[in-house]
Amino acid sequence: MTEALLAVLRPFADIVSGPAFFVEVLIGGIAAGLMYSLVALGFVLIYKASGVFNFAQGVMVLFAALTLVGLMERGVPVPLALALTMLVMILLAFAIERVVLRPLVNQPYIILFMATIGLNFFLEGFGEMAWGANVKKLDVGIPDRSFMVKGVQINQLEMFAALTAAVLVTILAVFFQRTRIGRALRAVADDHEAALSIGIPLKTIWVVVWSVAGLVAIVAGVMWGAKSGVQFSLSLIALKALPVLILGGFESVPGAIVGGLIIGVGEKIGEVYWGPLVGGAIENWFAYVLALAFLLVRPQGLFGEKIIERV
Amino acid sequence: MVVRGAAAGESVTGSDATGPLLEVDGVSVRFGALLALNRVSLEIQRGEVVAIIGPNGAGKTTLLNVISGFYHPYEGRIVFDGQDRTRLRPPDVAALGVARTFQNVALFKGMSVLDNIMTGRLLKMKGHFLLDALWWGPARRQELQHRAFVERIIDFLEIQAIRKMPAARLPYGLQKRVELARALAAEPELLLLDEPMAGMNVEEKEDMCRFILDVNEEFGTTIALIEHDMGVVMDISDRVAVLDYGRKIADGTPDEVRKDQAVLDAYLGVAHD
Amino acid sequence: MIYREAGQFKTTYGSDQAIFPILQDRIFVGLVLVAAALVPLVADEYWLQAILIPFLIYALAALGLNLLTGYAGQLSLGTGGFMAVGAYSAFKLTTAFPALNILVVFLLSGLIAAGVGLVFGVPSLRIKGFYLAVATLAAQFFLIWLFNKVAWFVNYAPSGTITAPPRTVLGVMVTGPQSSAGVRYFVALGFVVVFALVAKNLVRGRIGRSWMAIRDRDIAAEIIGVRPLQTKLLAFGVSSFYCGIAGAELVFLYLGSAETLAFDIGLSFLVLFMVIIGGLGSVLGSFLGAAFIMLVPIFLTNAPHTLGLNLPVALQKQMELMVFGGLIIFFLIVEPQGLARLWQITKEKLRLWPFPH
Repeated sequence: MTEALLAVLRPFADIVSGPAFFVEVLIGGIAAGLMYSLVALGFVLIYKASGVFNFAQGVMVLFAALTLVGLMERGVPVPLALALTMLVMILLAFAIERVVLRPLVNQPYIILFMATIGLNFFLEGFGEMAWGANVKKLDVGIPDRSFMVKGVQINQLEMFAALTAAVLVTILAVFFQRTRIGRALRAVADDHEAALSIGIPLKTIWVVVWSVAGLVAIVAGVMWGAKSGVQFSLSLIALKALPVLILGGFESVPGAIVGGLIIGVGEKIGEVYWGPLVGGAIENWFAYVLALAFLLVRPQGLFGEKIIERV
Repeated sequence: MVVRGAAAGESVTGSDATGPLLEVDGVSVRFGALLALNRVSLEIQRGEVVAIIGPNGAGKTTLLNVISGFYHPYEGRIVFDGQDRTRLRPPDVAALGVARTFQNVALFKGMSVLDNIMTGRLLKMKGHFLLDALWWGPARRQELQHRAFVERIIDFLEIQAIRKMPAARLPYGLQKRVELARALAAEPELLLLDEPMAGMNVEEKEDMCRFILDVNEEFGTTIALIEHDMGVVMDISDRVAVLDYGRKIADGTPDEVRKDQAVLDAYLGVAHD
Repeated sequence: MIYREAGQFKTTYGSDQAIFPILQDRIFVGLVLVAAALVPLVADEYWLQAILIPFLIYALAALGLNLLTGYAGQLSLGTGGFMAVGAYSAFKLTTAFPALNILVVFLLSGLIAAGVGLVFGVPSLRIKGFYLAVATLAAQFFLIWLFNKVAWFVNYAPSGTITAPPRTVLGVMVTGPQSSAGVRYFVALGFVVVFALVAKNLVRGRIGRSWMAIRDRDIAAEIIGVRPLQTKLLAFGVSSFYCGIAGAELVFLYLGSAETLAFDIGLSFLVLFMVIIGGLGSVLGSFLGAAFIMLVPIFLTNAPHTLGLNLPVALQKQMELMVFGGLIIFFLIVEPQGLARLWQITKEKLRLWPFPH
């Protein structure tokens, strides 16, 4: 019994005795967390603006990355490829609105959620069919060197990703809070019918929102793809984004960042320091258990609004 | 016809047959900075029909929710049948014999009318999991007994024709009647009705009034109802309590309340010079 | 003309609440059961082994998930994990108690899975909707990781797989390489018919009503006396029991041997699709959904052949994904209540046939 207790406590000592390494792990966690946040942002956008939890967001990231790489492999120069990919994502948004969202306009949100699960599988098959299923290397010219700062190793790519995420979040947060369109989007998320009845052009809004989410997906796809190659497992990132959303709340743009950081850091530290105790690969489930623990204490997440139920 | 008894498994200890059935004592409820109920006190005697009236937002539904145990007051007590029941959770309050209907009809949309009313009997049904799984013996007998009881309520409220219809497909007035049936199925001591006549035409309202009065007279059920229609309130209630901005501003017979200045001010507004 | 209720008066509440109140329905179901029993006489080995047995097993799992998600309204993405618990429990039980009857082993595995389900169901009191789905994901990923990491579960086999040992019941070989597909078919059929009956009984009575009340309006349900934690936990327990047995059957009656990959998140989604397409909140729907999901890949493999096209395997897989996804969206648009509702509508039209209205 005491042996087990000591084993669990020893990693704390390890942390204290090796601060430089701990900082490295921390930075790694922060970087990973920001990557999660990028994906979570797409979720938050769509949820905030239409009330739909888009399960297919991860696959959209994959699809965006696949398209980009596919174009580049065929010799299209990077800036043009990026522009074309953006076009593709916007077209995708049109298609999704027409085929999936419009017919389901008044259904309960759980039905829309399940429709996005269907969309997820459809895009997975379609993306693979169109661009092939092997792992691809994605190189858009972002430097990927590591350098040392005060004894701590820092990776340039990860820093770039972090910066991008921060910029993106700021832009989106301002967009939602300050602009008229942002307000309209929030109205749509609250109640489709009511929004329609006061003249908000639902179709346009949805196309706009899903396009923006598609663009966010491109950014996330580029970052992830550059880091670990473009492959099928990218779509599983979506599942990882769920704990992030739980922590940060489904409707909060800054929450996506904070949630991502907590999950990324928590996961990394857990894996590096406590993982060896149980054979490793804690990352598979740690994030979910962490999210679960949070939910038990605060069911609406860190930034979510407290749910006051009325009868 | 109906056996007036205690709810399943609940023995009526310490009951005070002469005191009020329900006593709301200085109850205050707060949502963040909003004070929904402000030191509200109310007594409901056995067998009474009490109407709770007041402008929108006065806290009437909140009062019912506190009595149901859905909200807990931050000060004050709820005393049911002589015992302090303030901290009880809703299922326990229901087990004491409190049934209610809701402002925005809360029927179970995925079930038929019959099944909805049968859910009102859930508290009275004993659990035998294995027997339920086999639909055998005591489980089956119990199910059919309760079905027979519910059928009598269906007869009483004249909704035989729609008993197998999915609740979601009913027109509003019938939904309200089914909700009443569900509440009656629980054989309650105290029946809380939240705007039972809302959205009904004159005929439907007369029917509902008749049912409510029948329930009160035949079964001796104590009734508290929230209602906006003054004609109904004056006709069927023994006493009227008036809420405004979370406070009780009047409490008496319908005639007394009708002439009360504070009530008139609340409803008609006061001119400020 | 045929499907008329005229003349069938119910004189007792008991007959009104029967599972199949209409005579024609009873006859129809009877015929189906007889046909199901006769199948091994006419079907070839391939059909039994590759289609019918997995259909029965998936139907059982879909039934379990439907009870939890369709009737009790608790969205669960942990089906694969609970099936894994059943499978690995069965494996450990057969190695620890070789003399124990395999049917009893299945039931015990179900109980163990039910226990695990209860544990992971506890959060459902505080957490609802999507959030609960994430909690069940925690169960899914954690359980798979557990079975991967802890070698005790596979009896320290270096391959990391569990294998179904040969077992007999009343002298007939039921599991293992010597068992015939026909025998295994009957075992699976027996289990699923019995448990479908149990599900129907639960659902038409007190327990089903409390589940549906929680699903439709959990707050109002609580106020009229339904106890949420007990009701939800019961749903998790019963559902995991069914999924556990289905998981054990998956290894013992169908695959023969398996590793954790067989129970990954993909399986959870597959069973969820069966339930959605078949119809949430319908016992029949679980069967229809399972049949549908089983048939789609077969159709996709064979249709190009008959059309003269020869598609590479990878492309077929991709098209399968696309068709699955497309079908889910299609069904949700056209009939969110699934195949079961379509069947109901058909029956209603049959009542009137040949009259238009």
